[in-house]
Amino acid sequence: MSELAAHGAHPPGFAHQFETVSQQRDAATLGMWVFLVTEILFFGGMFMSYTVYRALHLQAFITGSHLLEVQFGATNTAVLIVSSLTMAMGIRSAQTGKSKNQTILWLILTMLLGATFLFLKFRFEWYHDYVEGIVPGVSWHYHGSYAPGVQLFMCFYFFMTGLHALHMVVGIGILTVLIVLTARNKFSPQYYAPLEISGLYWHFVDIVWIFLFPLLYLIGGRYPGS
Amino acid sequence: MSEHSQQASNSEHVVPVSTYVAVFVALIALTALTTGVAYIDLGKWNTVVALLIAVIKMLLVVLFFMHVKYAAGLTRIAILAGFFWLAIMICLTLSDELTRGWEIVSRGWGVIVPLAVRFF
Repeated sequence: MSELAAHGAHPPGFAHQFETVSQQRDAATLGMWVFLVTEILFFGGMFMSYTVYRALHLQAFITGSHLLEVQFGATNTAVLIVSSLTMAMGIRSAQTGKSKNQTILWLILTMLLGATFLFLKFRFEWYHDYVEGIVPGVSWHYHGSYAPGVQLFMCFYFFMTGLHALHMVVGIGILTVLIVLTARNKFSPQYYAPLEISGLYWHFVDIVWIFLFPLLYLIGGRYPGS
Repeated sequence: MSEHSQQASNSEHVVPVSTYVAVFVALIALTALTTGVAYIDLGKWNTVVALLIAVIKMLLVVLFFMHVKYAAGLTRIAILAGFFWLAIMICLTLSDELTRGWEIVSRGWGVIVPLAVRFF
């Protein structure tokens, strides 16, 4: 409170149209969630299309799912979960306002984990798919059973993981900006809304992957005879 | 003014590190569980279990990492409205798509079941 009084009616980051700091914070959170709701429906449309076509071509989708390597998907799930933890820790560090360097360290760690996810996805997984010849339109050498349906499955796979990867790239860009802003002392325990709402975005992208992983890699079953 | 009271008045709820670590451990454990279960033959239940675990993981991330447990009521209503509209989109589309088999095999409502379970 003493800090608020010292800066008069305008503490750093406090916009004049708000009555209190907490009202401003709630407005930022609500606004970000409204955006995330549009994202839920955006990805939801894809999940729904996937469900409909899976119902129409069940055996083909299970065959296609078995072409993907579970260890890649599982590893990347773990990488994203760790990145969500480091993001949450970074925001917590800004909330408590103890050390700016600590916040920057958590954010850099989050960014590196995001980059690790993309590296594993592109360098190992997609490259593996390219070599195996299961990339529709680019490298297609699959002539096994249910070939047309498997091709449809792989289209869903590349569009869904591709759009997810695009969101990761955007997230890494946002983190870069946040690191610069943190280094320039733009945030305090009273004002850290950009960190908070970017965190919401990052966790949302994590949640999309939490659903993509079982839907694409697991639900046909991986046991012998599945 | 002490740091604690300043946090209470000016800053949002600060989640203890122990909570974040517990949520993280649960998320990793559930990832291992969902991967392991895929290698066990549960028939149709493989899909149900995988989606159930995904929903639990989502709730953990939303409530704790995204601070919705501590968020304002208005924010929660906006989020619930989003999921409600998602449910409308999925339910109405599937109720159309999964019942189209009627005309081909007209044996009344009984035919909906074999078509609806094809997703699993």
